[in-house]
Amino acid sequence: MDVMDLNMLQHYWWILVCILGGVLVFLLFVQGGQSLLYTIGKEKGERDLIINTLGHKWEYTFTTLVVFGGAFFASFPLFYSTSFGGAYLVWMLILFCFVLQAVSYEYRNKKNNFLGSRTYEVFLMINGYAAPLLLGAAVATFFTGSPFRLGVMRDVEWMTPWRGLDALGVVTNYFLALAVFFAARTLALLYFILTIDDVNIGVRSRRQLWFNAVPFVVFFLLFLGVILTGDGYAVLADESIEPVRYKYFFNLLEMPVNTGLLLVGLFGVLYGIIRTLSSPLWRKGIWFAGSGTVLAVIALLVLAGFNRTAFYPSSVDPDSSLTIYNASSSFYTLKVMFYVSLVIPVVIAYIWYAWRVMTRKPMTRQMLEESDPKY
Amino acid sequence: MILELTTTSLVEWSRWQFAMTAIYHYMFVPLTLGLSFLLAMMETLWYRTGKVEWLHAAKFWMKLFAVNFAIGIATGLILEFQFGSNWSNYSWFVGDIFGAPLAIEGLFAFFLEATFFAVMFFGWERVSRRFHLLSTWMVFIGSNISALWILVANAWMQNPVGMEFNPLTARNEMVDFWAVLFSPTAMSKFFHTVTSAYTLSACFVIGVSGWFILKRRHLEFCRKSILLASVFGFCSILATMFTGDLSARDITRTQPMKLAAMEGLNEGGKGVDLTLIGLTVTDPALPSDRMYRVKYGIALPNMLSFLGYHDFDAYIPGVQDILNGYVSSDGTEYPSVEQRMANGRMAIAALKDYRKAVDEGDDAVAAQALQLLRTHFQDFGYGYLSSPEEVIPPIPLVFYSFRIMVGLGFLFLLLFVVAGWYAKKRKFACFRLIPYLAIVCVPLAYVASQCGWIVAEVGRQPWVVQHLMPTQVAITRIASGWVVTTFWMFAVLFTLLLIAELGIMFAQIRKGVKGAE
Repeated sequence: MDVMDLNMLQHYWWILVCILGGVLVFLLFVQGGQSLLYTIGKEKGERDLIINTLGHKWEYTFTTLVVFGGAFFASFPLFYSTSFGGAYLVWMLILFCFVLQAVSYEYRNKKNNFLGSRTYEVFLMINGYAAPLLLGAAVATFFTGSPFRLGVMRDVEWMTPWRGLDALGVVTNYFLALAVFFAARTLALLYFILTIDDVNIGVRSRRQLWFNAVPFVVFFLLFLGVILTGDGYAVLADESIEPVRYKYFFNLLEMPVNTGLLLVGLFGVLYGIIRTLSSPLWRKGIWFAGSGTVLAVIALLVLAGFNRTAFYPSSVDPDSSLTIYNASSSFYTLKVMFYVSLVIPVVIAYIWYAWRVMTRKPMTRQMLEESDPKY
Repeated sequence: MILELTTTSLVEWSRWQFAMTAIYHYMFVPLTLGLSFLLAMMETLWYRTGKVEWLHAAKFWMKLFAVNFAIGIATGLILEFQFGSNWSNYSWFVGDIFGAPLAIEGLFAFFLEATFFAVMFFGWERVSRRFHLLSTWMVFIGSNISALWILVANAWMQNPVGMEFNPLTARNEMVDFWAVLFSPTAMSKFFHTVTSAYTLSACFVIGVSGWFILKRRHLEFCRKSILLASVFGFCSILATMFTGDLSARDITRTQPMKLAAMEGLNEGGKGVDLTLIGLTVTDPALPSDRMYRVKYGIALPNMLSFLGYHDFDAYIPGVQDILNGYVSSDGTEYPSVEQRMANGRMAIAALKDYRKAVDEGDDAVAAQALQLLRTHFQDFGYGYLSSPEEVIPPIPLVFYSFRIMVGLGFLFLLLFVVAGWYAKKRKFACFRLIPYLAIVCVPLAYVASQCGWIVAEVGRQPWVVQHLMPTQVAITRIASGWVVTTFWMFAVLFTLLLIAELGIMFAQIRKGVKGAE
């Protein structure tokens, strides 16, 4: 077997997973928007506008989550079995709140919908709060580790009965959870500013931006600060895995391109936010902050998996930690999936085209009234 | 043992959870697969002829489609992640093969569906007619591609091909992608499933139209919808029967125990009859209470042999023959289950020895253990069984489900012929029985679909991966209380959402067709 190639494909697939992760976090703006439903929408007409503009996009978030899972399964199946089987409760809660979301757009405004419109709005709010927080906490364990051990058949044994909820006992995880949560809300506000043409919603969104963008930046920097100054799990020369002081900081220094990506991403996010706050007529903040988010998340996940770092560390048995080398699919499968991945540009192209034609003009109350069907 | 056998209650709850999710999921999927085709056809007819009735029809069915679509997606998400969350040993053991189709499904199908669904549903005023039509077709193509890949994955579990076991990583690894994709099991399963879904969709359209006819509403709309759906349904049910036959022939070779359970066949032989109907009864004379005999059966002589091998005299093994060991019609010799269990235990022990020898650097022992493992790997899963009877699936459930599915298939064939004639001749004033029949066939189509899955999935027990991994070792080791908790969480939620879905559907139907007389 050509080891060089296996190694290359493992890195290639980790990058794809990172990209999907980055896009997923960006698309969580749908959830962020749902959590702001009553903050920005003070009466039903406003809430209808919000739900209908988000409603054209929610399936992208949902689909990206599914594909993120599928891509992880195909390329790093050991992560799939270890994390989903191990941190069972966290993932189940995430899935549960996404089920709530999937039906709510379609059912909320329909006659005879059994639970009543208000319930579906509450479902959207639950998904809006829980999904970014839980996903953020789950991704934080890529850095902070989880209590598991792998058996001879690579079967997972979770060392606490709380099956993933133990992540809530680690303060650092909260930093990323809150950062993702406020990022989702910040992006949602920028999305409203671009896509909804309504005075009240515009004014409220710009005001709310302060209260969400500042905590987002603060929590993100806190998280970054903690992981850069703490331990990271590294694959040593003898292939054993151990905590190493300042591992992630060294990764920053040793992978300058990635560090550049992180800085460009952060700059994009800050530019999008600050310019929106300072010029009341400028509406394109989502494009800068959105692409900045994608880049920053990619860089963060590359930091977790590249440079002989364990991307899913075990805090109780470091040698059980998952790396892109020991968790990956076989060379053959990764190669097949490499060819499959060549379709990605086509997928991006048609999504881009459809997104453009569907969001050409910002939505107004009048447009919403005239459109049929609507959510 | 390398993988521990877990407690019965955990296995049972994990199975219930997966079965419950799958059953709910498959209440929504078939309509998506087939109705999307009818939508696209109606829109095409409008685009080509300019007849606005087709546009109204397309828009009406599209609204029902959307209500159904959302909940199909929701249940599908849970299914995908359950492989990891509840079946994590399985996910590692075969993830190298099984993960690929799921990822391809996401990449090729889900984005297509999601993107063009939004355009199809909201894009009437935003995009050109041409692009809108293209989008509707894309929704059909996307949903059917998605069915292809998930069924390729499912078929692989029933008939694992194109892979090799890697003892170092303790998993099966893919060696031939095309063998996985084009395995005869995958192909017959895909075509059988989608054509049966088209049949269900045709029943749905005819049934809803039947209700309008009874209410004397939208008669012209009903006529058009029924004509289109009955032609579509007629072709689909014939294709379903044909692919069902292919599927049965495949099962005869790859899963003889499933076939024996479908037929309630305890002692096989040459020239075996095909049971049409009958009762499965236990018999104290039989060695196990998992074994059954068929009583009061009506059978077609030698037909099972013919269906299996296109030879009236072919040998078909029964449950007892499979337990004892037999020689199949194509000359392959299968040892007794007892023997296969011994082989399996040897394979498991050899794997352990191999890993130990590799760790200790003992090449000679490693080579010997590997040789032993390779020889017996085909019986690997039998090593986890504790008694031979465990290879017998629940026979009555499979036997009756199979008969209900096939019987209903013939009823639908009749429906399509009668309904097509009825609409063509505009017999709406008389023959009230026909619209009633059409309405009754809607729930029956769902029953037939679920029965089909019961035959496929219960019939293959105890295997998650045929011969290689029994269900009880595939699961995640977790306190069963958590699985019980999440089972009820999802069961309650799905039930509430199903009630909501039906309520909205009925309200939408009652509202009638906008624009139609």
